[in-house]
Amino acid sequence: MAEKEVKKPSIKEISPIDVYMLLPKTNCKECGEENCMAFATKLVNRELALEQCPPLLKKENEKAYKQLWEMLKPPIKEISIGAEKQTIKVGGKYVMYRHEFTYTNPTAIAIDITDEMSDEEVMERIKKTQEFSYIYIGNTLKLNMIAIRSTSNDPDKFKTTVKKVVENTTLPLILCSFDSKVLEAGLMVAPKARPLIYAATKDNWKDMAELALMYNCPLAIFAPNNIKLLRSLSKTLLEYGVKNLVLDPGTMAGEGIGDAINNFTMIRRAATKKGDELLGFPLIGTPITAWLENKDSPAEVAQWNEAYLAAILIDRYADLLILHSTEGWVLLPNVVLRQNIYTDPRKPVAVKPGMRAFGTPHENSPVMFTTNFALTYYTVASDIENAGVDSYLLVVDSEGIAVDCAVAGRKLTADKVAEAIKEAKIEEKVKHKKLIIPGKAARLSGEIEEASGWEVMVGPRDSSDIPKFLHEKWNQS
Amino acid sequence: MAEKENKEDFLNLLNLLTKFQEIELEDVEMEFGDLELWLQSGIPTVLPKAKRLAPPSLKAKPTSILQARFTSPIEEYPGQVVEVRLGATKNEGGTRGKSITIGGEKSPPFYLFETPPPNPPIISLDVFDTKIPLAKPVKMHFNEVLEDPVAWAKLAVDKYGADMITLHLISIDPLVKDTSPVEAARTVEQVLQAVDVPLVIGGCGDPKKDLEVFEKVAEVGAGERFLLSSVTQDMDIERACAAAKKHGHAVLSFTPMDLNQARQLNRRLYDFLPKEQIIMDTTTAALGYGLDYAFTIMERARLAALMGDPELQHPMSSGTTNAWAAREAWKKMDPQWGSREFRGPIWETVTAVTLLLAGVDLFMMMHPAAVKTLKDVIMRLTSGKPGTPEKIANWVTTKI
Ligand code: SF4
Repeated sequence: MAEKEVKKPSIKEISPIDVYMLLPKTNCKECGEENCMAFATKLVNRELALEQCPPLLKKENEKAYKQLWEMLKPPIKEISIGAEKQTIKVGGKYVMYRHEFTYTNPTAIAIDITDEMSDEEVMERIKKTQEFSYIYIGNTLKLNMIAIRSTSNDPDKFKTTVKKVVENTTLPLILCSFDSKVLEAGLMVAPKARPLIYAATKDNWKDMAELALMYNCPLAIFAPNNIKLLRSLSKTLLEYGVKNLVLDPGTMAGEGIGDAINNFTMIRRAATKKGDELLGFPLIGTPITAWLENKDSPAEVAQWNEAYLAAILIDRYADLLILHSTEGWVLLPNVVLRQNIYTDPRKPVAVKPGMRAFGTPHENSPVMFTTNFALTYYTVASDIENAGVDSYLLVVDSEGIAVDCAVAGRKLTADKVAEAIKEAKIEEKVKHKKLIIPGKAARLSGEIEEASGWEVMVGPRDSSDIPKFLHEKWNQS
Repeated sequence: MAEKENKEDFLNLLNLLTKFQEIELEDVEMEFGDLELWLQSGIPTVLPKAKRLAPPSLKAKPTSILQARFTSPIEEYPGQVVEVRLGATKNEGGTRGKSITIGGEKSPPFYLFETPPPNPPIISLDVFDTKIPLAKPVKMHFNEVLEDPVAWAKLAVDKYGADMITLHLISIDPLVKDTSPVEAARTVEQVLQAVDVPLVIGGCGDPKKDLEVFEKVAEVGAGERFLLSSVTQDMDIERACAAAKKHGHAVLSFTPMDLNQARQLNRRLYDFLPKEQIIMDTTTAALGYGLDYAFTIMERARLAALMGDPELQHPMSSGTTNAWAAREAWKKMDPQWGSREFRGPIWETVTAVTLLLAGVDLFMMMHPAAVKTLKDVIMRLTSGKPGTPEKIANWVTTKI
């Protein structure tokens, strides 16, 4: 199989017409769409799934269904890890670059635990992983998995640790050992957990394959800096009947980072652009290897290196990561980066321009403005709420760009502000003509006064100072 | 014989089916696509079909590794990024210790299996000509020089290893000190004498005033091949380019996160300047504050350039210092997020490595730790040294 050089059309090349031709074409609306063509368009855009067309699932449409499934399946297979109802999906990518099509399944981040850590440490790390949470533009950013490593190479120790972890968390697991006996001991106490088995190598692949089949688990392949071996093992394991694979070409920290990035990039290109099915599986990166490079340095050095290595791998196609650090400053930039990389690339995250009221503003309430970049808006809004002052906030259309960038790039201009004031009919709502502008837009103050006829008060550079500003400056004025 | 085969197939299949039927229904369609089976109506109806199709997984299990080949997935690119030289040595008509060439890429960023970048990306450290508010984790490294751009530049080069200096003439801003072009040019001259690296001359963002200052600075630094940062759409482009051309400088073509505007501005510049004197900046937003958008615009620009779009074939520059606009970089937060002395520079670092992978050639940066890290990363990426898989072969069992 897979060796054949057929080029599958990429997701961008599939036209809704091709899909439509294979649909039942009865326009029965059972899918909730107006007609089959509308359904086809949404299928291609990944807004709906094939299974939402009930007639297609009937026996007589079996062939069409299969053809469609083949046509629409992602070049990177989607793999589920974890017990029923607690699974996490990884991979399932359709494209190499995020501007081609929104990336699916954000990089899953796992924190490691070893079978030689004390009970307290194990519990502490489970707790930290589980409770990690950061709110960012209305999303809660979280960690996703626990990776249990056997550093002891002792099946009994591994068993005890796995048991302890399974009893204390429902997070999906990665069980790490190159010794199949050790791994089996772990699987025995977590028979339903469907962890990712890490990892099959050129030496142990057969035993690992048996375990993967017996416990119905996905299996990672570890072939550091050797894609040919990775491909060979992928071929072998597929033939063996293990269908759900994850690939690790090795995260060589330090000197080898060039090769690490090179391998991730080659694999992803081969799978997405050249239709290489043997490499069409999720990629796992292990920034934890930064700790091997920096063994004799203080922990902060390893943490620092691990932090940016993780970021590089999130940028360069990793679908899963194993980290050791639990420090907030290591993890925060990475979960935020992951959120950034996995949003819809076609437009900046923006809110609707227009006027918003906070509390119950009256004719003497302050009027402020900001841009419609979603993050800016939500941050400013929450700071105004904190101030507890009844007020108006005018959201000016900056094409979804933050204040400083928008001023520099002329996406936020005095004319735009003046127009927004007019459109929102603020003059009918307040008696004064004083506009508080963001500190980062100070350079526009003169022009805004000229264009709008309003008096400008330059507000703070950071909106967290709004409460203070309003209490000190507005109340006096 | 035939019957026996039949039976074995049946048993194998049964195994498989039992396994798959344990999976949630949603997963089933994932699986039977591979098997080319139709499961819906149960085993009896499936069997004859399955036998006919005989999926490979029903064959004997392999007993040794099946060899597969791998050839690097190389692509051809009709386009190439132009090379731009910054700074000029004595031979080149200036006074710099060395000049630096950036750009020239023939492949996407760090696709080392194709053509590695001919020139490594470089880092220019920010220096301001007047005291400005700085985030605390940054300020602590420059405390003694905040009011002395000359000392600041020296510190950046001697202590923090700056390849270049970006001298931000923010005091010229009519809203700040409204420093005159002559005075600004004097500061430039002093910095030129104090350090021998190439210079980027940064304006204040006011298109009129910047132009006046650029004209004067271009003249006093004739031949030094400054990068004038930046030329914008609302500037008198003809005049700005004339100054650059006459005195041998390069310009930074700055646009707000929009490829069409970037193309448009570059096109206008071509009327007055050779391509080899233009670097572009499509705007950098901080991690968490629009980095996604900045990243994608740059990635698209670079890919388009390689695919032959002549208007985007310029080295790219990034105002990576913008990373500090993120609150998470400079604010005190709950202790679980660590001290800002770490959070700040890692924020700048993550912003930088992300844009490095999008194709940035010139980084304007601030924090010494972020600068050092990015330098290390660039050095390792361009060293051509092979990976050392043996070092990580046993990472699983390594005690940390
Ligand atoms: S349910 Fe299927 S057949 Fe019916 S309209 Fe929708 S796509 Fe067409």
